[in-house]
Amino acid sequence: MRVVVIGGGPAGLAAAGAAAAAGADTVLVDSEPVLGGQFHRGHPQRVDARVRHLANSTVWAVEGMRLHVRTGQADSPSRTGEVLNADAVVLATGAHDRVVPFPGWDLPGVYTAGAAQALAKGQGIAIGQRVVVSGTGPFLLPVAQSLKAVGAEVLRICDANTGLGWLGHPRAASPAKLAELLGYAVRLRSAWRPRTAVVAAHGEDKVNAVTVAKLNPDWTIRSQERIAVDAVCVGHGFTPRLELAVTAGCTLVDGFVAVEHTGATSVPGWYAAGEVTGIGGADLAAAEGEVAGTAAARGSHPSRALAKVRSGRRFAAALAAAHPIRAGWHTWLTDDTLVCRCEEVTYKDLRAAVDLDAAGTRTFKLTSRVGLGLCQGRTCGRAAIDIATALASDRRTFFTPADLQRRPIATPLRLAELASLPEEDL
Amino acid sequence: MRVTIDGVPSQAAQGQTVAGALLAAGRTSWRTTRHAGKPRGVFCGIGVCFDCLVTVNGVADVRACQRVLVDGDDIRTEEP
Amino acid sequence: MDVVVVGAGVIGAACADALSSAGLRVTVLDRGPLASGTSAAGEGNILVSDKEPGPELDLALSSLSRWPTLVGDTDIEWDPKGGLVVATGDPAPLAHFAAVQREAGIDARWITPAEALEREPHLTTRVTAAVHYPQDAQVQPVLATQALLSNVRRRGGVLRPGVTVVGLDARGVHTSEGIIACDHVVNACGPWSGEVSRTLGAPIAIAPRRGMVLVTAPLPPTVRHKVYDADYVGAVASGDADLQTSTVVESTAAGTILIGSSRERVGFDESIRVRVLRELARKAVALFPTLADVPVMRAYGGFRPYAPDHLPVIGPDPRVPGLWHATGHEGAGIGLAAATGALLAELLTGVTPHLDPTPFRVDRPGVLECA
Repeated sequence: MRVVVIGGGPAGLAAAGAAAAAGADTVLVDSEPVLGGQFHRGHPQRVDARVRHLANSTVWAVEGMRLHVRTGQADSPSRTGEVLNADAVVLATGAHDRVVPFPGWDLPGVYTAGAAQALAKGQGIAIGQRVVVSGTGPFLLPVAQSLKAVGAEVLRICDANTGLGWLGHPRAASPAKLAELLGYAVRLRSAWRPRTAVVAAHGEDKVNAVTVAKLNPDWTIRSQERIAVDAVCVGHGFTPRLELAVTAGCTLVDGFVAVEHTGATSVPGWYAAGEVTGIGGADLAAAEGEVAGTAAARGSHPSRALAKVRSGRRFAAALAAAHPIRAGWHTWLTDDTLVCRCEEVTYKDLRAAVDLDAAGTRTFKLTSRVGLGLCQGRTCGRAAIDIATALASDRRTFFTPADLQRRPIATPLRLAELASLPEEDL
Repeated sequence: MRVTIDGVPSQAAQGQTVAGALLAAGRTSWRTTRHAGKPRGVFCGIGVCFDCLVTVNGVADVRACQRVLVDGDDIRTEEP
Repeated sequence: MDVVVVGAGVIGAACADALSSAGLRVTVLDRGPLASGTSAAGEGNILVSDKEPGPELDLALSSLSRWPTLVGDTDIEWDPKGGLVVATGDPAPLAHFAAVQREAGIDARWITPAEALEREPHLTTRVTAAVHYPQDAQVQPVLATQALLSNVRRRGGVLRPGVTVVGLDARGVHTSEGIIACDHVVNACGPWSGEVSRTLGAPIAIAPRRGMVLVTAPLPPTVRHKVYDADYVGAVASGDADLQTSTVVESTAAGTILIGSSRERVGFDESIRVRVLRELARKAVALFPTLADVPVMRAYGGFRPYAPDHLPVIGPDPRVPGLWHATGHEGAGIGLAAATGALLAELLTGVTPHLDPTPFRVDRPGVLECA
């Protein structure tokens, strides 16, 4: 019985450990040089010694239960290839920052919250000296903390929501989680501003100021002020990394992989854990990983982890409810605001595509060129579809989360890598 | 480790990414877009957005935020 | 007279354009969004270079002359880039093919390997022979389809995405949103035409043939023409279900390189096969060694509609009065659309057709299926 776990963050680590403990021949594929994912960055993690850990490795294609892997330095043409034939797969590919566009968001000096965190924790680099953090969700707090730890002055932490709604559901949160978040809140309270947002970044070749707005509950602008900065970091929650799930054929619900309580997806043999099944943080991800890894290896039910999953999902639901993305952000855009950074597609270009009734994902992309660049819509896709849906108003649209994440080549590889795949790997 | 960035020799630490080295050297952008020629550097920092592309040892389109430097690497911020 | 065109791909759009231009009231239905099937999954070829003398070439030449006038000033990324067919082995078959094409009126220019390399500096030096086809052109197929649909809309035609056809009788077309009364119905559903023809009570033998295209990262200008290897023609004309690939390499206005193309009969299976991707990559690198280190950022697949004899099906259905078909264009739908729309409109309105419709008739052997 071979279990392949994809992703070495909290969910994948727990899944691999649980699958190995249940006696499965377990392989953990992770794109980073060291284990831990985004959450543990800077603090490399270990996994059960029985697990075969493939570092610097990405699954770039899926054919049934066959996983095609490249291993080596990022984007290097000299990576080596391997095919893993799995009896069960646990998808723990995690999520990346979701960012809603605003004028100037493509200026150098504007970073995602995840970038600020990764650079601080992984490289010891502060993205700037005078930084405004903006977005929504509790993740903004640890990011601000990391920025301070590497010497940045955090001028503002702008949450477009009230930010504390989840405290109304105290039973949903684990005491440790509450304590952690309250700790941040105490340390960072002087900078923290609910119902505000960076709605524009200014500068020529680099950001030198931002417009911070006070927002209405629907995120439309009430009033604004200009603040001099040398960096901005933004994060509006997270977008799950679903390309492998979509290629495998897993059913999605509300933009996440639909799973049973065991982590089983709609496709036999395919399990999912962590942020691909819903945004809930590292503790929940680890519990889900343990459950899914155990189920994938056909081990006995881990009842404690299952209980943690249940309570963790309540907390996640409360968090999600407290940090909605409100459509008022569309009013921050001007005609010239880039939505797709790769192909330089503006808000106006998207409106032109909607005017042509380009109401399906493929047609919309091919009409406007949104999402056709190197990132393949990972950065802008959700925002673009939100905009299109809003602009289409009462006209019929055909956008689906799966279409947005349909990337059969899950990570780019060089033509020569593809051309040199050996016969036995096909 | 010794690496070269746009022809200039410099020191790099174990585990440092290309983006880490460029930012540490004070560079916030090192590429321009194809149409408007707008500057680009790091945005997502975790390999998703492909904004931070550089040429490493003659091979273009390498994500600076993902690529960990090794001794002798030749980094170019323009197309080869 | 009212016409319902089923299918909002390039063939349906071209038919609707021609019919509305002739003064008919046109409604275009599609079960999905506009221009989202085969027309959104191809390279946008408008080719004569891959055609043998015969009815399809006549249709292609007619189309080629019509396309530029159909869309006025709308930008559909029309690029008369020309085709370059290269042989890397025995040049004799290519020489023969080009000679026959020339007799049929195709501008097929025999050039030396050195001239080929001058036209395509990154081409492999293993080229033994080459033919330049100045008439070959390319459009962005979704923009082209939308431009035709915009013509229809401007003339008062109605576009109804998201409407599925469920039947046909004397009252009109039965759809998921009620009955639409009409005098004529045009089945232009591409690879789904077979399925739709059965729903309409007049089955025709149109099946899907899977194709895949690789898309590279945007590059500085590297490939100028549509470049393909000389075995392309054999693959198009074959009915073999096995995987066939032949290299077709070209750049787009966006700077990406498109690498096609494969042909498989696998029904409507959408899953990718790594073997297919490898074959495409191998042949592309063999033709353009400089592409070896270029990243592939996307692969997409689509389904081409094909008839058993590999000719388009254009004309009235002999079994159901008022039912017409315009389908079966395989991978040449964009290129053949302009003349297909014109021909269908001529037949439907009783005008003398601009070319002989007989080879495309619906009741030819192998196309009509028993209900």
